[in-house]
Amino acid sequence: MIKIEKLHKSYPIGKSSLHVLKGIDLHIKEGEFVSIMGSSGSGKSTLLNIVGLLDGHDEGNYYLNGELIRDLNEKKAAILRNKFLGFVFQSFNLISYKTALENVALPLYYKGMARKERLKVALDYLDKVGLKDWANHLPNELSGGQKQRVAIARALVTKPKVVLADEPTGALDSKTSDSVMDLLKDINDEGMTVFVITHEEEVAAQTKRIVRLKDGVITSDELTKAAKAV
Amino acid sequence: MFDLDRWREIFQSINKNRLRSVMSGFTVAFAILLFTLLFGIVSGLSNSFKSAFADDAQNFMKVRVWKTSKPFKGLQTGRRVQLKNKDYNYITDEYKNKIQYQSARIFKNFSIKYKNEANAYSVMAVNPDHQFLEKTSIDIGRYINKRDLREKSKNIVLGRLIKKDLFGDRTALGKRVNVNGSSYLVIGVFSDEGGDNEERKAFIPITTAQTMYGNNDYVSEIVLGYDPNLSLDRAIAFGNKMERDLRNRMNIHPDDQSALSVRNMAEANKGIGQFMGILYAIVILVGSGTLIAGIIGVSNIMIFVIKERTKEFGIRKALGAVPSSIVGMVVQESVLITTIAGYLGLSLGTYILSLIGDSLEEDYFIKDPSVSASIVIGATVVLILSGLIAGYVPAKRAANIKPIEALRAD
Repeated sequence: MIKIEKLHKSYPIGKSSLHVLKGIDLHIKEGEFVSIMGSSGSGKSTLLNIVGLLDGHDEGNYYLNGELIRDLNEKKAAILRNKFLGFVFQSFNLISYKTALENVALPLYYKGMARKERLKVALDYLDKVGLKDWANHLPNELSGGQKQRVAIARALVTKPKVVLADEPTGALDSKTSDSVMDLLKDINDEGMTVFVITHEEEVAAQTKRIVRLKDGVITSDELTKAAKAV
Repeated sequence: MFDLDRWREIFQSINKNRLRSVMSGFTVAFAILLFTLLFGIVSGLSNSFKSAFADDAQNFMKVRVWKTSKPFKGLQTGRRVQLKNKDYNYITDEYKNKIQYQSARIFKNFSIKYKNEANAYSVMAVNPDHQFLEKTSIDIGRYINKRDLREKSKNIVLGRLIKKDLFGDRTALGKRVNVNGSSYLVIGVFSDEGGDNEERKAFIPITTAQTMYGNNDYVSEIVLGYDPNLSLDRAIAFGNKMERDLRNRMNIHPDDQSALSVRNMAEANKGIGQFMGILYAIVILVGSGTLIAGIIGVSNIMIFVIKERTKEFGIRKALGAVPSSIVGMVVQESVLITTIAGYLGLSLGTYILSLIGDSLEEDYFIKDPSVSASIVIGATVVLILSGLIAGYVPAKRAANIKPIEALRAD
């Protein structure tokens, strides 16, 4: 599903440049539940941005769903994101003046789905994350866990190939963290590829494969107990 | 083109950010308001100019003679110049295709008497065409006609106020009045927009006057209306040529204004036209300056708005919004705001102008200030264009922000 070969990325800082990713090789197959572990500055967010087509890479090859990603313009990237990727962010990133239902339906709007249909689909997904009764509430009327579940529903609504979660529990307490992780696990059980970035061991332990990143290189890549148990 | 979902997004965005929408709309509304007021006032001025000459026909020309002030071809200074029927006929024959109406005039001051009421009035002897040159409107009866000229009939058309003076509320038509000792039949009563003096006049046939008062073929003035299809420049050229021809014919020095002059409304019209043209140019300059300031104001606010919404755009992009959809959304929002605000300004301006109405006519020479339909349509086009301009620059900026940068913004 995601295949990365000798990926390099550096950011210019003044006249010099900061080499963030130093030759990453990573292969994630369909249906995997992978977490990228690393402290801040390890390059994990950069990796997610590149995988999520939010940023370009300098060197190496990146195949998404078998397609080589190269020289994407904004328009093409937007269409690919809409088609293949679902995002879950640490800070939820819901649009504050839209209701939960409208937030979930937004990716379908960009897909070009008719309003009636997309609201119906969005409601189904809100039901799936257990928030059907909250459909017409604005984000600031929801708790953090609820917000993140709305965000997960939004990520799933287009039936993407991969769900990318950037510190999905970073802003949540441990109890709601667990419920969010359970939700991601359920999604994975249904066959969805889930790609989580985190710096918390407990979160990583709930995934099936942990890739550790340090200073822009992969230091370890192993299956967790959860994966072995299956 | 029409995308209901897009409109829904825009209305939601405007609705959730009412203050800034109102603020950005305000500058445009104000600019359009000023423009409307300025334009209306200038058109009011223009109306005043036009109505100042409304008394006479717009294509009015007058040939007037007096005494020579320059010697010419051995003729002395101070010679009295006299227009005669042959001059009148010469003009008719020579310029037939350039003349719409033509009339001679003889001025007299006579006492007019009916029963015990009598007064001195100015009596003008004219040709039938004179009715149209002076824009005389007949209230009752008729004007002088060709038969009156042929028969040298002693018929008279009285001004509304003469009739009032002599007859009061009784009918004047068909009655006989005594004019300077002779009996005339009242064949009509007229009114005139030119004011009271114009309505204290009476008209008699020119031939009657020539026979009864002097027994000659003299005329005091010749007035004519040039063909209204002539352009102003050609009408002026016609007037100048006629003046030269008449001077030549009557042995008058080419520069002798005192002996013979042709007053041509075309020249006055051209002057007014140029003056109004300059005024309108100034209004358009000032108005478009104000409008540009308004557009820049909207643009500024849109830039600020986009900063505020950077994160939202980042989210939208992450969810699959292509840049053009972001540009389209911002531009459409800006067009909507400018158009609605502009129309509010336009309506308010039109309303104020209608309140002013004719109340400034006396002191400030402004009559019926208003804006025409073509101005309204033009303003609509300008508003939509300005919305496009005001929205496009910031929208382009918004669309170019990379999604990761936008998501990081807070």
